[in-house]
Order: sequence, then C-alpha cells, then structure tokens
Amino acid sequence: MQMDGGQALIRALELEGVDVMFGLPGGAILPVYDPIIDSSIRHILVRHEQGAGHMAEGFAHATGRPGVAMVTSGPGATNIVTPLCDAHMDSVPLVVITGQVPYAAIGTDAFQECDTTGITQSVTKHNFLVSDAQDIPRTIKEAFHIATTGRPGPVLVDIPKDIVDPRNPRSAMEWTDDVEMDLPGYNPRTDVDPAAIRAAAEMIRAAERPVLYVGGGVLKARAAEALRRFAEMTGIHVVTTLMARGAFPDSHELCLGMPGMHGNFTAVTAMQEADLLIALGARFDDRVTGRIDGFAPGAKIIHVDIDAAELGKVRRPDVAIQGDCRVAIEALAEVFAADGAGDTDRDAWRSRISGWQERFPLYYEPSQPGDSLKPQFVIERLRDATPDDTIVASGVGQHQMWASQYWCFDHPYTWVNSGGLGTMGFCIPAAIGAKVGCPDKMVWAVDGDGCFQMTAQELVTATVENIPIKVALLNNSYLGMVRQWQEMFYDERYSEVFLSKDVPDYKAWAEAMGCVGMRVDSPEDVDAAIAKANEIDDRPVVIDFRVSASEKVYPMVPSGATNSDLVVPPSQQDLPR
Amino acid sequence: MAGKFHVPDYRYHTLVVKVENKSGVLARLAALFSRRGFNIESLAVAPTDDARFSRITVVVDLESAPLEQIIKQLDKLVNVVEIRELHPGHAVERELMIVTVEAGPDRRDELVEHLDRAGGKVLSVGTDSMMLSLVGPPKRVDDFEELLHSYGIIELQRTGRVALANLDEAD
Repeated sequence: MQMDGGQALIRALELEGVDVMFGLPGGAILPVYDPIIDSSIRHILVRHEQGAGHMAEGFAHATGRPGVAMVTSGPGATNIVTPLCDAHMDSVPLVVITGQVPYAAIGTDAFQECDTTGITQSVTKHNFLVSDAQDIPRTIKEAFHIATTGRPGPVLVDIPKDIVDPRNPRSAMEWTDDVEMDLPGYNPRTDVDPAAIRAAAEMIRAAERPVLYVGGGVLKARAAEALRRFAEMTGIHVVTTLMARGAFPDSHELCLGMPGMHGNFTAVTAMQEADLLIALGARFDDRVTGRIDGFAPGAKIIHVDIDAAELGKVRRPDVAIQGDCRVAIEALAEVFAADGAGDTDRDAWRSRISGWQERFPLYYEPSQPGDSLKPQFVIERLRDATPDDTIVASGVGQHQMWASQYWCFDHPYTWVNSGGLGTMGFCIPAAIGAKVGCPDKMVWAVDGDGCFQMTAQELVTATVENIPIKVALLNNSYLGMVRQWQEMFYDERYSEVFLSKDVPDYKAWAEAMGCVGMRVDSPEDVDAAIAKANEIDDRPVVIDFRVSASEKVYPMVPSGATNSDLVVPPSQQDLPR
Repeated sequence: MAGKFHVPDYRYHTLVVKVENKSGVLARLAALFSRRGFNIESLAVAPTDDARFSRITVVVDLESAPLEQIIKQLDKLVNVVEIRELHPGHAVERELMIVTVEAGPDRRDELVEHLDRAGGKVLSVGTDSMMLSLVGPPKRVDDFEELLHSYGIIELQRTGRVALANLDEAD
C-alpha cells in the first residue's frame, strides 16, 4: 500500500499498541501531526517539551508500558534531553520521536537544526536517524523492541522532515505489514545460568544474616509477586530502594523499608551488618552504599541483574547472575521448594533486627500547639486518607525523601519518582502521565515549592485535557534539601536557597491554571483540605501546605561517610546501637 | 561475548570489535570511552569482507578501567555485534609506520641496513632525508622508531595496530 512517511510513522505507532502520546508540534515535525487527526492515538498537547518527556515517564512507571513522546527539531529536541537522561538513569522504557530538518539540510545549520542523535547518544539506550521513508516502520519496531526488552530505557528516533512530508517525493513509501527487525548486535539475555542459581541457593542457605536488597529491576521485571513468595518461603528480610518502593509491601513483617542516605535505621544497618546481600535488580548506587569501601563490609554478594555491565561495576559479586529478576527469583524459589530452605539458625539476627526497629523508628518531633505545620505530618495524614493503591509521584528533595519514608507502599507501581538523575520538576508532569495511564486510580503529586515552579505550567495541560491529579505542595519557601546541607555542612551559611514567603501565590496560580486551589497553614486544617481534594474528580487540585522550613530529613548518611555513621534524629542519638 | 574474562597481565589490551557498518558507530564507541573514562591507546577502523560490518581494533589502557567493564559496556552498544579480546601472545598483531628521517648520504647505508633487518622498505629518497615504511608487530615498530631518534625524525605516522586471532585460537 502506498503511503507517505508521516502516515507510516503513525500507523507503526498504532501497531505497537500506542494509544496515547505526549507532545508539542513545530516546523520539522509538522507533517506527522496531520495524520494524528485521523488516528486512534490520543495526543496530549503539553506546554513544554520537558513535560512531554516526564509525562511519558510517569505513564511508563505506572503502567509498565513504554511512554511515547513526540516533539519538533532543535529546541523541541533539546528540551526533552532531561527526561531522556532521567529515563536512562532509571531504566524507563520510552520512545521519543523528534522532527529533524530535511535530510539534505542536515549539517548546514538550518533553522531549528541541532545534532539530536549526537546530543542524546549518551542519554539514550539507543537512537536512530532515519534517512529513508521506507525505513520508518522497521525503525519504529526496533525502537520499541530495544526500549522494552533487556534493561529497559529510552530510545529516540530522529525523523527528517522531507521523508514524512507528503509534498516531498522522498516521503513516498510502500507499506507492508511484515517488517523484520535488523539488530544483529542486540540480543538481550533473560534466562539465567542454573549453576549460578544453585551456587546462590547454597550461599543463601548458609547465611546467618541475609538481606534481600531489592532495586528497581524487580519492578521492571514484574517480579513483585515472585519476590513476596520467595521472601516468605525463606523468611529473609527485604529492603526496597528508592526505585523499588512498592516492590515489596511496606506493611509486610519482613519489610525493612528504604535503605540509603535517607533510609531508615534498620534498613541501613541490616545491610551494613549482613553476611549476605542478595541484590536483585539493584546497582549499588552511591546513595545506597554510602562510602563504598565501608559498605556492608562483612557481606558476601549475590547480584542478579539483566545488565551484565552492572555485575561487578561497583562491588564485586561472589555469585553473579545475569538475567531477568523474575526468572532468577523463580528459579531460586524452585531450588528452595525442592531442597528446603536449610536449617541455619537466624533467631539472633531476627531479634537484632526487631531491636533496631523498636529503638530507631522513623521519627519527627510532632508540632506543639501554635507550631507551624510539619511536612511529615502532612504526608502521614495524606497516606491515611487515601486508598492504599493511590499512585504517589514526587519531585526531588526533602519532600521526596519524606514521601518515600512516611508513605506506606503496599502495591507495586504506585511510586513514581526520579531516582538516578534527581530531576527537580519531575513530579507534576510525571503525575499527569501516571494518571493518563491509570485513569481509575487516585494520583497524588507530593511536590516541593522549588520543584513545582520548574514545571507547574503542565497543570494547564492537566486542566485542558481533563486529567484530574491532586497536588500536595509542601511549601517551605526554601530549596529545602540544599538548605539542610548548608545547615549541617556549611555552618548554616544559607546561600541562594530562600525562594520567597509569599510569591508566587500558589492558590491563585493554581486557580489561574484551572485547578482548585487551597492553602493550609495549620495542622488542624490538613484533614479537611485532603478530604475536599479527594472528592474533586473533574479538575486538578493544588493544596499549598505551608510547612516548617527548619525540618530536616533524618536519618542521614553524610556525604562521604560510611553507612555505619548514619545520623539519627536528635531524640535517638544517645540510644545504644 | 564470552562469559569469562581473561585476566590481563598487560597494561594494554587489544579488543577486536565487529560493528554494524552504519554512520555514527565510531562516534558511539568513542563517546562511550570518553563518558566512562576509558583510555584508548590506539584505534583502527576498516570495513570487513562483509559490507554490513566494520572491524574496529582498539587497544585499551587497563590502568583506566578494568577490562571486564570495558567489554561489558561496549557490548551494550546496540551496533556492536561481537567483541573479541586478543591476548598479546595469542594473536597476530601488525602496525604500519611511515616515517621521514634525516639521513644525509653518509648515513644512508647504515640506515638501510637497519631497515632491512627490521623488514621495512624505502619509499623515497631526498637530498638529506629518506621516507621509510615498516609493517610489523607493534614491538618491532616501537624498537625501530626508537632507533630512528638517533637520526632525527622529521615526520612520523603510525596506523595503530590491527589484529586477528592466531589460526589455532580462532573459534
């Protein structure tokens, strides 16, 4: 069938099962926007291309399906570099289509030309510059295959205007339904080595102080259910990293919560004192390990990862298992089901863990009458007033850590955040993308005021496109995490962290964007505001919670320290560890 | 890619990387090395007998990163089809050097004698200089270059090494 490249591109996306995409048109991508009018794909028009990228990420986080964004050349492409890098760091499957100047004009510094594939090379899993209309269907198929298999990640497809413009003869192509991929160098491995599984099982049986160190790879592998069975079968405690919150239920008795720089004492210390860490889809990130030469000094390591390059990158594993986490966990479970979990006595370990849990729970000083509102309190009230499968998105900073700490994640794919890149401004668009992917779930964006000001304009998109997310703005008028570091490590010399007490007026701003705006100053008004927000389902809601600026995130491992030097809240500092 | 890695006892190691013959592939490889802080000692790129593929022979500096990590990161590049790690003792390695040296009439005979012994060729002769070429194992090329310093090197160009596994090592 004769088609033009633009029609072929949209058709190819439809064949990949794309039903929604996020984007913003411009000159070079214009011809592709015409066939969208006749397509079944819902296009969500964003206000800034960064928003399109983060929405696609939020969609992918919440649904497990690849997020799709489409933008124009030049500034459209450069504006989406941050989401690409974010997705690359957090292994989020994205397919991003960028317009490009006509093929013959590439290299001439044409209007809105930039070297998009060059710029995005190091922040994508792979990228393509398509030179021929005939190659479009195959390239799209390859892009989705690469984005969603192996270790997922973002793939960019750069499309010169002439091959999609029906007025240009170079756009003519012959559509066929059966295109074959041509990727001789791409063979992701998912199966696991049975010998390595047996060696791992042996090591687990013999361990007296084992901990399951669960990372985002478990979610990517849809392995939460397998993990729960395995943990229960073996009785081994679980920590879930920032990228893995919800991969194991927080309310489960074996769950120790989040490890790392702002992890809770028990999660951090159990890893530190373990004799065996079973790392599942986790990459020994510096925010988890603290100073690497002092990390879990007595632990042997079993490391399961689908990306071979992660095995041994930071810490040399004793048993390395390359492959899909679900396959690996199920294979381990099979060995244990057949041969039993062994009889290593772990009573002493269990009682040490419960001792830490009793002495060192997450803690903040509750506000006294007349005190300002505590951000942790807001999150606790929000947690208790929402359905337990509520999706929570966050930005980056103190509010992110408090959300991760004080929320109770009992379901996978309910936590949407920017881990590796730490992208301020992620929250609002990501929450919108998550809500588009899961319209029947409640979606709360827990954001900070610094982050909110970076991408809040996407609430206009949310209103216009009828995407009713809810925003809990923890407004302390500071870049709070930076303020915390300046307080603790720079002698309270506060440099360029104060935003403003009254500007902007968030309630008015929210209303100007078509949202319901509210402001809450005192603890007594928190519940009513949340209840009101939960009842609104026809437009976005923003609650400006004016919270105390002096709150710090505890516990904390100071940068450069080992995890044994975890700083606990002042009230716990004299307790025996 | 092989599942186990040779433990290298040399600082420089040769990798023969078969890649798809597409535009931008060399840039991807170079960008990866730069992004991960891997140092390249030399690099040679040429098409293979199959037009779909090129072969990149890259000598990596193992003081900058462990061999295993370099290979695994390279293997993640979608356009990289195959990586062979060549241990110096188990591969045929060659390098080409073209050099112009100062050589007045009085020193030419001696220089040509050295050149013959190394297996090189005289490419052209000028009034006070000669242009020579030498193809050989990198060590021999190194040694000959060292020797030429006593004559005075005017201009020198080396290709970087190319390598193939020994016949009995080729699997």
